[in-house]
Amino acid sequence: MSAADPAVGLRRTPLWSRHVEAGARMVAFAGFDMPVVYSSILDEHRSVRTRAGVFDVSHMGEVRLRGPDTLALAQRLFTNDVAGTGLGRVRYGLLCLESGGVVDDVTLYRTGERELLFCVNASNVAADLAWLREVHAKSGLDCAIVDESDATGLLAVQGPEALAIVARLAPAGAKPPKRWHFAHAELAGIPVLLSRTGYTGEDGYEIFAPAERTVALWDALRKAGGDALALAGLGARDTLRTEMAYPLYGHELDRDHDPVEAGLERFVAFGRGFIGEPALRRHEALGGPSRKLVGLVLEGRQVARPGFRILTPDGDGVVTSGTFGPSVDGAIALGYVPAKFAAGAKLHVEIRGKSVPCKVVSTPFYKRG
Amino acid sequence: MSDHDYKIPEDCHYTESDEWLRVDGATVRIGITDYAQSELNDIVFVELPERGTQLEAGRTFGVVESVKAVSDLIAPIAGEVVEIHSKLSEHPEWLNEDPYGRGWIIAITPEDIDELDRLLSAAEYRAHVKARSGK
Repeated sequence: MSAADPAVGLRRTPLWSRHVEAGARMVAFAGFDMPVVYSSILDEHRSVRTRAGVFDVSHMGEVRLRGPDTLALAQRLFTNDVAGTGLGRVRYGLLCLESGGVVDDVTLYRTGERELLFCVNASNVAADLAWLREVHAKSGLDCAIVDESDATGLLAVQGPEALAIVARLAPAGAKPPKRWHFAHAELAGIPVLLSRTGYTGEDGYEIFAPAERTVALWDALRKAGGDALALAGLGARDTLRTEMAYPLYGHELDRDHDPVEAGLERFVAFGRGFIGEPALRRHEALGGPSRKLVGLVLEGRQVARPGFRILTPDGDGVVTSGTFGPSVDGAIALGYVPAKFAAGAKLHVEIRGKSVPCKVVSTPFYKRG
Repeated sequence: MSDHDYKIPEDCHYTESDEWLRVDGATVRIGITDYAQSELNDIVFVELPERGTQLEAGRTFGVVESVKAVSDLIAPIAGEVVEIHSKLSEHPEWLNEDPYGRGWIIAITPEDIDELDRLLSAAEYRAHVKARSGK
């Protein structure tokens, strides 16, 4: 999203004034001035787990592909199965380099027979566009690539009460899309792309709206949700996604790590000829990757921050994300370790010169019920 | 930013690194200020020194960790740690809820009580907070 603030060079989403009015603590994130917390990260986190919360994620990018060869180009770019993604469906996958390294992790919306939409990380919009255009140019395929990021606002409404709250704004009798599906819908008279997806582990929606209608949508949602709908900032978004062990680009994923190392094989549809596939297949021949992303539960409540060393008998690993998990009531982390350390392995994390015991666990950390 | 004013009690001394000190008989209690807890947001872990530790002015004596940040506790004056608030291990949220009361961290016997005079008064600390937060 758009408008630049000349004073600090940070961009603002359409909801910037709403955040400031609500008393949010603002931080720079991916070039945007974003709300990290309104009152308490823990409270906002728990609201999303127990009732509902609304996040402004308008900083994220939207790139549309359109033209006769859209599917062919997307299949080159995207690790997951494009042709098998029917109209109205959403798929998560990766954009990989020839090396297998990750350019970005994205969701693909199959919006038309010859059209689709990628929702991409804010920090990667420019890099993604450059990569898409480079691949497109070499391919000779007939497909237009349009950056719609500035024209699009994006809200996430997440939590057990999210569907009921959003339903109050929908026309009577409107059916909610199923999980990993989306619909073109009208909420409070605003045309939106209503997607039954999220980044919290809770049920709910991600709602794409025209930038100039995003404030109206936010206000309508807040009115419909009342006390049941908390404002939630990037801080809670991070604790929620970490409890689910969802990767965050720049932490678990980058151009030096590939989807197999990151444990994302289920989002890789082999045999479809996407860029990076031969590199990912090489792991198989070698008996698996030499390092793997794992979940760690630490003893005590100290937080293992990104970059901290994971000490193993086979050499050091590194923490990529770490936080206190409010719903698991403990310190959790994600990190890369030598591949032989699977769930159950006991390791240590070095925190300020001290060796803190931790255990490799199966993820997600948070399991409902 | 939020519209509340930070609490800065008159009966405490303050440091530029956002600790407070309050004289309590022969000892001095130390904690972190309302501004500090607000900046850190939800505190989830406190690392305390052991009783009997000799603190040197300007040296780190512990750590406060929140969901999003970690902050050193810096000894404002020299002295011996005579009490530690060990319940904070179970209730780190007390630092957020009541930073000048239930959220106290340690008590020390100062080497030289006059050292307190080098620290900031409530008015001086208020100015220091204002310079950083704009209020």
